[in-house]
Amino acid sequence: MARGEAPMVPDVEFESYYGRQIIKTPTWKTPDVPLYLFLGGLAGCSAVLAEGAALSGRPELERVTRLAAAGGAAAGTVALVHDLGRPERFLNMLRVLKPTSPLSVGSFILAPFSALSGAAAASHVTGLLPRLGRLAGVGAGVLGPPLATYTAALLGNTVVPAWHEAHRELPFVFGGSGAQAAGGLAMMLVPLDQAGPARRMALAGAAVEIAAAESIVLRRGLVAEPYQVGTPGRLMRIARNGTAAASAATLLLGRRSRLASAVAGATYVAASVTTRFGIFEAGLASARDPKYTVVPQRERLARQDGSAKMSR
Amino acid sequence: MGSLWGGLDDVQADAGYDADHPPRMGFFTDTSVCIGCKACEVACKEWNDVPDDGYLLTGMSYDNTQELGASTWRHVAFVEKPAVDLGMPTVGPPRDADQSAASGDAGIRWLMSSDVCKHCTHAGCLDVCPTGALFRTEFGTVVVQPDVCNGCGYCVSACPYGVIDLRKDDGRAFKCTLCYDRLKDGQTPACAQACPTESIQFGELDELRERADRRLAELHERGVDVARLYGRDPEDGVGGDGAFFLLLDEPEVYGLPPDPVVPTRTLGSVWKHVGYAAAAVAGLGVAAFSGRRR
Ligand code: SF4
Ligand code: SF4
Repeated sequence: MARGEAPMVPDVEFESYYGRQIIKTPTWKTPDVPLYLFLGGLAGCSAVLAEGAALSGRPELERVTRLAAAGGAAAGTVALVHDLGRPERFLNMLRVLKPTSPLSVGSFILAPFSALSGAAAASHVTGLLPRLGRLAGVGAGVLGPPLATYTAALLGNTVVPAWHEAHRELPFVFGGSGAQAAGGLAMMLVPLDQAGPARRMALAGAAVEIAAAESIVLRRGLVAEPYQVGTPGRLMRIARNGTAAASAATLLLGRRSRLASAVAGATYVAASVTTRFGIFEAGLASARDPKYTVVPQRERLARQDGSAKMSR
Repeated sequence: MGSLWGGLDDVQADAGYDADHPPRMGFFTDTSVCIGCKACEVACKEWNDVPDDGYLLTGMSYDNTQELGASTWRHVAFVEKPAVDLGMPTVGPPRDADQSAASGDAGIRWLMSSDVCKHCTHAGCLDVCPTGALFRTEFGTVVVQPDVCNGCGYCVSACPYGVIDLRKDDGRAFKCTLCYDRLKDGQTPACAQACPTESIQFGELDELRERADRRLAELHERGVDVARLYGRDPEDGVGGDGAFFLLLDEPEVYGLPPDPVVPTRTLGSVWKHVGYAAAAVAGLGVAAFSGRRR
């Protein structure tokens, strides 16, 4: 354990089979999956900004966010397909629609989002079929928020302790982090006089993200430990400090200095990426140590036992 | 879609089979008579043509198989514990070491147990599989179709017992099929057939549960108070296991989770919070464009 890190929960006694883990470590690969989590958030929230920009007549903001939505979705799809054991069978994802499988539901969000955001961006750049392009953009804008948040269901609906126990907070972490990334990217690339909505989205997203991530640590006890110690703990702290610094810079200088806006925006984007890697790694750490599987289950059994005796 | 958790009298009907489907089949593994011969492991590999997964010596115990996985569908655990209670603090109720199946050798108590896929009533792996590769058979078992699986790995993270895994060089997920091919021919699965002590018993689940209850009562009568059934309760977190066990110690001692719950049990809460968060993101978008012009 690195300096300055103390486990928040005292060490607990539990039995195990030669200290071996009980559940399997997720087979999802780094960096494919954490990058996909980031790109989905960036693309989804950029599509929302793009529609607002179109409605309010901010052409520079619209151009950047349309390209971010389309590019993020395309790159995210590549990362997702690359993660498969059998990439050539990607289309099997669309064989059935299963509400019990967030990956299935997500595929039915990602596929149309990619097509619509791609069409909107293409039409915007080429000037061809402007009406249809706008219509596609509206569709992408509607699918954007679900795309940015469903990935939390993907992680939450597993037996991985650090993810499952945080399933209430993770959608807000991911949604806020996506808003922060989309706003941040636009702050980097859009002139100050058109970037106002991007700044406000990044600031609000950052606030939501920090509050939700802190609430995991405050409320989830032992299984929140992986978010605080080791490599994932370090990533989470770097991300939080970066986000906070970017927010301070945005509030102080974001409207006045093009340079400060660009630097703050880039910091937002980097912090959003780091958050996804931190959350991903925390899940893996919680799967590898049987403590996080056994102790909470034992406590649950003890509580059930206690309440059964009470009602007797 | 079927029910997501709780007891379920007819899993096949819940999965959409007609009323004339065969009875639910399963395993009752009575670990109190297991001698650790690994005949089940070998028979399973042979019949199902499962590739080797390395010839490793773990050094931790006689257990060189280590764990269930894509190429290990039966795994015999070897627990060595001091037969005397050393007064170590543990979680759970205190145990009386004398009552266990002590071998008497050098104060070591041996526990052996042949682990396998539980063929859960509410199977996490099946719930989350996005391609439909995992399906419920007419016998109520859970099987992967290798020609459909695209190796997404979601099932691996949704199994509360750490059973199913991806085969590295192949990319797809594999696990115990409860010998689906043999069942269709009215035969006994290879492991149960090979087991010399009838530790692995195969049959209709209802009948196995009665048999297990009788065996448990018999052991308790003989003073083996540590005996307990694991996965027998249809009201547990996975709605009961199609393959359940009689154990002589706490489940975690054998590497089993003490209170497994199918992740889909909280599916409603998961989607609800995603919905709130998506609405919040849309709200952020609207708010970002209202008010001030720049
Ligand atoms: S034990 Fe795991 S792999 Fe087997 S049916 Fe249950 S969830 Fe699926
Ligand atoms: S790895 Fe194969 S069996 Fe497992 S969830 Fe994905 S498609 Fe289904």
